[in-house]
Amino acid sequence: METTIAAISTAMSASGIGIVRISGEDAMNVIAKIYRSKNGRKNIKEVKTHTIHYGYIYDGDETVDEVLVMVMRGPKTYTGEDTVEIDCHGGVYAMKRVLETVLKNGAQVAEPGEFTKRAFLNGRLDLSQAEAVMDVIQAKSEVALKSSVEQLKGSVLRAVKEIRGKLLHHIAYIETALDDPEHFDLDGYPQELLEVAEAQKKKVQKLLKSADDGKMIQEGIRTVILGKPNAGKSSLLNFLVGEDRAIVTEIAGTTRDTLEEYISLHGISLRIIDTAGIRETEDVVEKIGVEKARQMAEKADLILYVVDSSQPLDENDQEIMELLRGRKSIVIYNKTDLASAVDMGSLREKTGSQVIPVSVVEETGIEDLEKSIREMFFQGEISFDDEVYITNARHKTALEEAEKSLEMVTESIEAGMPEDFFSIDLMGAYEALGKILGESLGEDLVNEIFSKFCVGK
Amino acid sequence: MSEKRLEKYCDIVVVGAGHAGCEAALAGARLGFDTVMFTVSVDSIALMPCNPNIGGSSKGHLVREIDALGGEMGKNVDKTFIQSKMLNKSKGPAVHSLRAQADKQAYSNEMRKTLENQENLTIRQGEVTKLLVEEGRITGVQLYSGAVYHCRAVILCTGTYLKARCIYGDVSDYTGPNGLQAANYLTDSLKELGIEIFRFKTGTPARIAGNSIDYSKMEEQFGDERVVPFSFSTDPETVQIPQKSCWLTYTNEKTHEIIRNNLDRSPLYSGTIEGTGPRYCPSIEDKVVRFADKNRHQVFIEPEGLYTNEMYIGGMSSSLPEDVQDAMYHSVPGLEHARIVKNAYAIEYDCINPRQLYPTLEFKNIKGLFSAGQFNGSSGYEEAAAQGLIAGINASMELKGREMLVLDRSEAYIGVLIDDLVTKENREPYRMMTSRAEYRLLLRQDNADLRLRKKGYEAGLIDEETYQKTLEKEKSIQEEIKRTEHTTIGGTPEVQALLEEKKSTLLKSGTTVAELIRRPELTYEDVAPIDKKRPELPWDVKQQVEINLKYEGYIKRQMKQVEQFKKLEAKKIPEDLDYEKVGSLRIEARQKLEAYRPISIGQASRISGVSPADISVLLIYLEQYRRKG
Repeated sequence: METTIAAISTAMSASGIGIVRISGEDAMNVIAKIYRSKNGRKNIKEVKTHTIHYGYIYDGDETVDEVLVMVMRGPKTYTGEDTVEIDCHGGVYAMKRVLETVLKNGAQVAEPGEFTKRAFLNGRLDLSQAEAVMDVIQAKSEVALKSSVEQLKGSVLRAVKEIRGKLLHHIAYIETALDDPEHFDLDGYPQELLEVAEAQKKKVQKLLKSADDGKMIQEGIRTVILGKPNAGKSSLLNFLVGEDRAIVTEIAGTTRDTLEEYISLHGISLRIIDTAGIRETEDVVEKIGVEKARQMAEKADLILYVVDSSQPLDENDQEIMELLRGRKSIVIYNKTDLASAVDMGSLREKTGSQVIPVSVVEETGIEDLEKSIREMFFQGEISFDDEVYITNARHKTALEEAEKSLEMVTESIEAGMPEDFFSIDLMGAYEALGKILGESLGEDLVNEIFSKFCVGK
Repeated sequence: MSEKRLEKYCDIVVVGAGHAGCEAALAGARLGFDTVMFTVSVDSIALMPCNPNIGGSSKGHLVREIDALGGEMGKNVDKTFIQSKMLNKSKGPAVHSLRAQADKQAYSNEMRKTLENQENLTIRQGEVTKLLVEEGRITGVQLYSGAVYHCRAVILCTGTYLKARCIYGDVSDYTGPNGLQAANYLTDSLKELGIEIFRFKTGTPARIAGNSIDYSKMEEQFGDERVVPFSFSTDPETVQIPQKSCWLTYTNEKTHEIIRNNLDRSPLYSGTIEGTGPRYCPSIEDKVVRFADKNRHQVFIEPEGLYTNEMYIGGMSSSLPEDVQDAMYHSVPGLEHARIVKNAYAIEYDCINPRQLYPTLEFKNIKGLFSAGQFNGSSGYEEAAAQGLIAGINASMELKGREMLVLDRSEAYIGVLIDDLVTKENREPYRMMTSRAEYRLLLRQDNADLRLRKKGYEAGLIDEETYQKTLEKEKSIQEEIKRTEHTTIGGTPEVQALLEEKKSTLLKSGTTVAELIRRPELTYEDVAPIDKKRPELPWDVKQQVEINLKYEGYIKRQMKQVEQFKKLEAKKIPEDLDYEKVGSLRIEARQKLEAYRPISIGQASRISGVSPADISVLLIYLEQYRRKG
């Protein structure tokens, strides 16, 4: 258990202070590498336990964030191990950078529920808490696994699969030749592999870059627009993604059949789910059914409920209002350019949400809408899953591992090592990439050998 | 049970006298137990019913490991081989693999002699039809004749004999391999005991009269000039004998056409065969169908031995009808006028789902009952022998009340083999492959003695003298590595000249002998002239020094991985753990864990369907269990 782990330990929102927590034997070494006090003279490794220190986190020479660092040596810590907590002041982006810096300097991303697991295994939690600990681990893993693959962009998923497929093929070829040297020979093969390894490494590096840019996974507040037919959902969407105020990306999801769009409202990104449904037809609820709408609502961090204020509320509205219960939502009182048939006050009462009058046609009220979304976010009412950043960090680590392995392949080839050494590192790369997809090696290789190569007596 | 019958008492009963049975029986007897080995035919002891060779990629490793532990296979093949080759010599040391063509009859005879001369060992012809079990513990076996042998442990090594059926075309012979009698009753007894049975299939090609083959149309394949013995105890000088050749030819489009035109008459495609066949050992019809783009396949013609002119037609196993086989073989260059002595056939047999076994090869639900070889769903002589040896050792350990021998995946190919069998879902006969060993740089055939002699010694199969020799070898390797690390070499004209001659970069400053050996273009021997104080060392010590220096980086990396691996292996799971009580396990994981009952967290983590989160949950539960006491 002596690996040192790190994760973000508070839910992320743009408002508060986020905490990056490090635990394990190496925690003090990690922080010593990246922390500098204001005058640069404090040695963080020597400070008393359970004390707080002001200073900066550095990635090399670059300041990442202004922080408070809490140093706690084991065993009197949550996990029982040496623990360091970094309070980040610079918001979401800075916190993400702090985590990455910590990971770069010797910590590993914590597995879901790992802090709690360690706490228990190190005797810091009571026996009676065992059941709860097990439940936490299982629940967190489920969420992490789901988010890991779900948040992966379709294009990334495809790229990772493609690289893995290529690597597996070559591993299988080498292994087949080793198992059956009289049927398969490897003359001239290292040169071919060198090209393959280089090409795949470039692809991994490209993915790494997109992970750095935050483009690898889908970040943003998951937003669903609901409303009965002709309430004005698509006009609202079109207006929100209008050129002057939005960054728009369109990705055909391979993991699900929805289209998503990203909107940036003054630095807050909204990820609007199932825009395909909205675009194709105004009659989303009718067309896809209440069941699907419910599923979408369940996935959402925020629901924008569009009401046609010129029409009296009907059973469609009733059903939608049911879905809003217990969720963060904003009611958009649309079509204020027409005569009103719905009372704003009772709408507010029924939904328990803010009601914002808007006329998409006359382009009024949109700024109020933006403002209230921003307020909800900054007040921490809506936040997006911090698992996203953890996932991103995990993916990055995996990609870096794969990159390193592929570099080793190149080195081995160039050093004139025998072929069996190549497949060891190719396998390393294959397995590292598998972590992104949540797939382990299993019988992949044996299956590939048997299905692609004709072996045997 | 009052009627009169033969009744005998012994310690260990071994059922079967194939490669698993021989090792199991020898181990039991050598460890001091009164052992009786049953076989349906004493004349088929250590029979090689398929290919006439021992070893090959990764299988050669197994033979070396068997030898290091005190088994017989390596010694026996050293006495009876007729050609030998070290495969993969141009590749890394981890995948060098010995393979020898054996004289089948001599192999069988030599093994029989060894068994017959073994103290405590009785060979008995007879068919075991029933296992006797009382209160979850094996108490004896019953024979077809009604005779009862009371014993304390039983090792099942029934190979391909249980309800065996040989098939070609629409012909089904209810026999074991090579027309030998099948064992038709034991399966029912196993089922009554609640043992889950699989049905597997394998096959063998035709044997052809050697004097009907036109070798001029084939490529001759020679053995190595300098033969390396399998056994660490064999004097290398004794194996430098005249060798027989093998021959290489190819199938062609005509062969494939004959096969394609007759596929409908294959029992595989018509559905007559129900057993699951191995993908790595496809029949020729399978190859033609699955690899339709290949216009030829290799065919190896291998001698069955010096006692016969029969040749084994490697690469062309088949279950097509006799007339199709005739035409098919005749289409191959060199075999135009071939006379078939024995036709190719597929064989189906009963075996078990090996997840019913602990890694000790003991049945989880019947104490004292062990099994090994094809009965456990493996394939291959070497795989069988390896399991037989472990089962024999462990049956003995149990009777002695000592801890059983479990080799883990970082210690031996045997460990990989057994762990795969008892931990993974096996739906076809399992063959060893180097790619299955994740720590293969450590599990080399050249260091099997260094890895395993100690285990063999502790079990009692390796004598003191042999063990001491291994310890000495280990010591001299360490000393020589240290010496090379500390011997500095300066850029003298002599050194530079040697480097220049070997096309190696000249020295700019001083270095060590070890550093020079690490250069890919230099060997341990190459630098001898400039390594003035080098001691006289045996070749096998020099070999270890060179490998350890040259591949140090890789070896160290794997050793690090092994450290991690060992941690989870060391976390044992109590035998009586009730998985129902581990609340947070996912249902799939719980069912799997209940079915496999892994002995360690490490083993549990390798079961498919058990996630890392399940493993964490299990760790928490075990801690809770431990604290409760």
